Amino acid sequence: MKIVTVRRISQAFFFTLFTWFCIVTTIGEKFWQLRAWPINWFLQLDPLVAIGTILTTHTLYRALLWALLTVILTIIFGRFFCGWVCPFGSLHHFVGFLGNRRKKLSKKMQLNKYRKAQRIKYIILIVFLFMAAFPSIGATLQTGLLDPIPLVTRSFQLLLSIADRSVNFVTATPRFYEAGWLILLIFFTAILLNLVIPRFYCRFICPLGALFGILGRFAIWRIGKNQSECSDCKLCERSCEGGCEPSGNIRISECVLCFNCRQDCKDEVISYQTTPSLAGEITNPDISRRGFVLSLAGGVFAVPAVRLSNKLGSNWYHKVIRPPGALSETEFLKRCIKCGQCMRVCPTNVLQPGGIEGGLENLWTPVLNNRIGSSGCQLNCVACGQVCPTSAIRPITLAEKLGTDEFAELGPIRLGTAFIDHNRCLPWAMDKPCIVCEENCPLSPKAIYTREEFITVRDGVVTVKKVVDNTIELETTIPPEKFATGDYYCAVKDNERRKITANTENTIVISPDEQFEKIPAAGSKIEIQVRLQRPYVDIEKCIGCGVCEHECPVSGKKAIRVSAEGETRSMDRKLLLKR
Amino acid sequence: MNEQNEKNFGRRKFLTRAGKAGISIAAAGTASCLLYDAKGPPGQTVKAEQLVTLPDFSVPTVTGQTMSIVQGSDRKHTVTKAIELLGGIERFVKPGETVAIKPNVAFARPPMLGATAHPELVAAVVELCRKAGAKLVYVTDNPIDASASCFTLSGIRKAASAAGARVILPKAHHFKHTTLADGKLIKNWPIFFAPFARVDKLIGISPVKHHARAGASMSMKNWYGLLGGRRNIFHQDINTIIAELSMMVKPTLVILDGTEVMMTNGPTGGSVADLKRANTLIASCDMVAADSYGCTLLDLKAADLPYLAKAQNAGAGNTDYQALKPILGTA
Repeated sequence: MKIVTVRRISQAFFFTLFTWFCIVTTIGEKFWQLRAWPINWFLQLDPLVAIGTILTTHTLYRALLWALLTVILTIIFGRFFCGWVCPFGSLHHFVGFLGNRRKKLSKKMQLNKYRKAQRIKYIILIVFLFMAAFPSIGATLQTGLLDPIPLVTRSFQLLLSIADRSVNFVTATPRFYEAGWLILLIFFTAILLNLVIPRFYCRFICPLGALFGILGRFAIWRIGKNQSECSDCKLCERSCEGGCEPSGNIRISECVLCFNCRQDCKDEVISYQTTPSLAGEITNPDISRRGFVLSLAGGVFAVPAVRLSNKLGSNWYHKVIRPPGALSETEFLKRCIKCGQCMRVCPTNVLQPGGIEGGLENLWTPVLNNRIGSSGCQLNCVACGQVCPTSAIRPITLAEKLGTDEFAELGPIRLGTAFIDHNRCLPWAMDKPCIVCEENCPLSPKAIYTREEFITVRDGVVTVKKVVDNTIELETTIPPEKFATGDYYCAVKDNERRKITANTENTIVISPDEQFEKIPAAGSKIEIQVRLQRPYVDIEKCIGCGVCEHECPVSGKKAIRVSAEGETRSMDRKLLLKR
Repeated sequence: MNEQNEKNFGRRKFLTRAGKAGISIAAAGTASCLLYDAKGPPGQTVKAEQLVTLPDFSVPTVTGQTMSIVQGSDRKHTVTKAIELLGGIERFVKPGETVAIKPNVAFARPPMLGATAHPELVAAVVELCRKAGAKLVYVTDNPIDASASCFTLSGIRKAASAAGARVILPKAHHFKHTTLADGKLIKNWPIFFAPFARVDKLIGISPVKHHARAGASMSMKNWYGLLGGRRNIFHQDINTIIAELSMMVKPTLVILDGTEVMMTNGPTGGSVADLKRANTLIASCDMVAADSYGCTLLDLKAADLPYLAKAQNAGAGNTDYQALKPILGTA
């Protein structure tokens, strides 16, 4: 079998495997659901995730150890990951092939030549790594913005949710993602750029590719010419995926091991060998010392610049409500790679990719939006922390979330606190009974309680004509049937009140067993009152799950809203002196 | 021959490269083992802060010379007299010592509004300390409004500097965490510490002010200025925090200025109409006693301010100031 065929099989295999893992990141017990599939395997193989978190936290978290395998193989074989494994790379490869296959030979050679701009990816890598490298200035892990594995992971989730929209096979109801359009815009831009230059993203942008380029500089085997002389037909550059100039001084750091050059060389001058190319080779990335120093300085400077808005200090954004188990914000930003696995697995779809209103660093990190999804953060769910590959969201137990058993002293994990907006709440502002929020509060005892109040309705002071049994005839006209709902009462002096069971335009009927102690006299005034249960939040109980906000019938800007004050992940955010 | 050379050269190059690759792999492997973390990060990350404790600045008690109350309208005269009645400034400041003065400079307001310690009073105390031979006198506070504005507008920066003191504005690195033994609220909490860490004596200076939440802001409440961090959450339990401040801070002396008393709209004031002239100044080694008397200038009783009894129970002083037989005087 030809080596390019093997490579194609490998690409197809890993792409399929990756897609399969995206599909099975669904809560459930069927074979195609979560179970024990290693859904984070590609993220764990990604050394940019491992190295980034090592820089910020000085630890290598559990299964991120897989990245060591990739690193070792890259040191020995070169950028095999790009050409053989990376699902994003394979996609680029395929689209680039489709888009350019009918082009003329000379055009193809032109497309696949080396370009100086290929150094940009090294600049991106250096900037990202140095943004992560100095915790004393403020370390932030932003590699996930462009790291292809998190990028393609979060993008595939959205594509999957769109593909599933009509069949609802993966999820029962359609899923939505705030600002998901931006994720897809970037994804499709990267894909379409292959029509301009094949593997555009891999060659110019990809910081992971840049990392492999550096790691592979001592590679034992590498592509090169086994003779110094050849017919100089340059056919080897026709389909060169890396743009690495195999015909001349081959650039080892750009070579993605596609083996197309070997395939295309009629004279078999090109081979995968332990000796350097006899036509010469360039092992180092094409970046000058000055370029390196500038990128380094840029990375170091970027963090304080990004943090000028003080979103980690007093100006923190109250709508950045993190999932249960999320680390304190500074630590969280050292680990979150924006892969979106938590959002994908969240059974209610309440976890959303964050926007930049919480700071640039907040982009695509998980944030609860209680207006999206089926019902806030489920009380008995800890799925997000279980799938987080870097422990930005810790894999907590239910006991820790709820503050039971050995966590009883710590109390439950709070995501924030619900606040009632008295200007919008129906019982508070509109004299309408409601308390859907109280009904849906999942805690026992509930964090939302009510106080009963009787409020005289608008134009509710009416004059009695006469009283016959349980029917009060009125001189005043009232809307028929309006007060027969069971929530309305008529009250005489001293607030003696009786429930209204029916009413017409000029009568009120009260329950036969509930006659007034003293029948209201003709000409006297009675008041029609509504019984309201006005909701209050018990701030010592509320855990900020957001179910109340989700259920609130004031559907635009909700009348009860959770904001992150009082969240337990950070002492700085506590609202109460005592828990 | 040439070919042979080339081959050797190639082999040497390969071996060098293979060696480097081997070293890279070994380095990556070693680093991974060293950094490997099977446990994952802890939940609530409470940073292990180095805890500090404020020194005890008090001087030995002299029976009958704990508290003095002087009537008069000129603060310089009344404070001099009040300290003289307690045994003179020499009792409190020894030659060569370093003194920190903590006036109430909470707000960026001119002295005439009475929201801050009066600059003439601060200057008079600085001068007394200098006269007693103090090597260095610091004047400092951690205000609510912008600190530079507070020290300038209150007139305290100018007056204190002119009298020979060094004014210190709070900086981030001045704050250290402390835990108060027997405290319920002051636990691993940042306080304005550095200026007080190496001084020998500490004198508090505060006006008598109305305070809606606490009832009154006087000598004890003045130490709220030492709290850093999100100190506003302590208003949820104001009496306990003021009592704990009186346990945490053991000053040499407090000066409570009732020359003009802020009767309403405190503790910021904002109008001279909020002030009432009472022409009274208190010097005391016992701030609980000073405040127990001071509150009478606001037409309050000690029992109206729960923090006084709490402080007394904690051993920070006496609410029964009369038992201390305060020395009365006029100036």
